[in-house]
Amino acid sequence: MKKAFLQAVNSFRQSLPMMIGLLMLINFLEPFFRKYYSRIFSGNYFIDPLIGAAAGSISFGIPVTSYVVGGELLNQGVSLVAVAAFILAWTTVGVAMLPLESSFLGKKFAVTRNVVNFIFSLVIAVLTVVTLKFFQ
Amino acid sequence: MINKKKNKGKIGGRGNFLFAMIAIYIIVAFFNFEFVKEALKKTLITLWKITPILGAVFIIMILINLYLESGKIKKHLEKELGWRGWFYSIIAGILISGPPYVFFPMLGEMKKHGMKNSLIAVFLYNRNVKIPYLHVSIYYFGLPFTLIVSLYIIIFSILNGIIVSWLSEDKTERNFS
Repeated sequence: MKKAFLQAVNSFRQSLPMMIGLLMLINFLEPFFRKYYSRIFSGNYFIDPLIGAAAGSISFGIPVTSYVVGGELLNQGVSLVAVAAFILAWTTVGVAMLPLESSFLGKKFAVTRNVVNFIFSLVIAVLTVVTLKFFQ
Repeated sequence: MINKKKNKGKIGGRGNFLFAMIAIYIIVAFFNFEFVKEALKKTLITLWKITPILGAVFIIMILINLYLESGKIKKHLEKELGWRGWFYSIIAGILISGPPYVFFPMLGEMKKHGMKNSLIAVFLYNRNVKIPYLHVSIYYFGLPFTLIVSLYIIIFSILNGIIVSWLSEDKTERNFS
């Protein structure tokens, strides 16, 4: 019991400083990112999803924030496929958390997972919009 | 002894990152105190919110270390559960709420005990079907969009697990059980 407890304590002792540091970094940078979301989209139907996925990947915060920002972007005329890529990458790709994920699950696993998730965010965004149009 | 030294080094590196962030906050506070106050407030609120989840994760980690021998999870998921292991990973990913980073220590511990990369990837990917936030997604993007995205996330999570495990070269997993 004591050994199991100490192993859990050790894991937390390793992860908490990084976790708190990353949360501090995220909350420090988030206001800058938020300011520029609407300015980075080009209006190009093919490039915007890529921009959306890239912006979502380096963004952070709870999913609700991505929905709110995504809603604002839609109102500003950004395409649905770009907004979908943005919110999907926001929730599935975690560039900011990559060091923490790497330290526990391995660098190769973490990098691979995030790259695959980035590609999937584009694929699912396109498929979702195509499926929506098919049923409308 | 070597492990102890290695661990100390790791903690030191992580601690340095935290101290660097504290230093940045202090320096910026001299120029814009309100901005730093707001960022610090958000950090503390987030930490407060994730404390119960961290507590739960801590207890689960103790239980994993206490009751699971190394390799037992792998054996259980591969031989006894088979495809149900994938199904349970999907369901657990959807139902367990909380930011993904709080689960990394627990998943790391499970990996040490033999959990496959593919199932970890499936679990993490399905955490994006956010049941508590579905109504917000419906409000902004509509019910059809929300349902279709959620469905695609679940379907693609399986593909995600296969590709991630294959690319991260976990040769033991290439037989999709």
